[in-house]
Amino acid sequence: MATNHGSGRLVVGAHYGSRDWLGQRATAALIALFTAVVVVQLLLPGELGYYRWAGIFAPQWMKFLTFVVIIALALHAWIGVRDIWMDYIKPAGLRLALQVLSIVWLVGCAGWAVQVIWRL
Amino acid sequence: MANTLKQRPEYRNIHITQILAYRMPLAGLVSILHRISGALLILLLPFVIWLFDNSLTSEITFDRFASAFTSGLGVLPGWFIKLVCLGLIWAYLHHLIAGLRFLWMDVTHKMSKEQGRSSAAITLALSLLLTVALGAKLFGLY
Repeated sequence: MATNHGSGRLVVGAHYGSRDWLGQRATAALIALFTAVVVVQLLLPGELGYYRWAGIFAPQWMKFLTFVVIIALALHAWIGVRDIWMDYIKPAGLRLALQVLSIVWLVGCAGWAVQVIWRL
Repeated sequence: MANTLKQRPEYRNIHITQILAYRMPLAGLVSILHRISGALLILLLPFVIWLFDNSLTSEITFDRFASAFTSGLGVLPGWFIKLVCLGLIWAYLHHLIAGLRFLWMDVTHKMSKEQGRSSAAITLALSLLLTVALGAKLFGLY
């Protein structure tokens, strides 16, 4: 078991970041699946107005899936944006500030999106 | 002791000015566009959720959602909202298709230089084609 704390903490090597790497792919697959579910329902025949659109998100299983996808999207976006800051922003203070700002941004957006599905 | 440390060479990412001077291979273009489209999607997330919120909450808010594309939103005219959505459509399509390409590469472990190039070309072409098709619908061409 790799040490992930203290002076022996694993910060380099073949497995550093592989959990994030895998997490980003798992969440990506979920988001792609969700996209397919929505697109298939949009392609069904019939006029696309408010009732059909709202009807897509009305069943409990769809709220369940949408909720999971919102969390997955936030995690996916966090790993991606963290990579961007780690690649391009070298000063530690500025990077930390941007990372905190990113978390605030993503958590806030996720909360708002969750509120939309659960108040219907 | 800091002064006893050897001066080691430092390898960093190439600078943006160097990147711009390069003639990037198609796979490289797909890769950087994947990052750019992802960043764009994160940046415009509140706008997307605003659309999601208003389109779903009630008929009244649905009308507000729909009129954003015709009579605009606040000081922003309708055509500008459509343009932003066109950008979002491209960003989402590119990110999705390029992401599926990366997943496919991860899973199969089979990727030649030629396959990398041809799948990159397919990614770029498919995302642009679908963007044009959906954009034409968005701007009411059919």
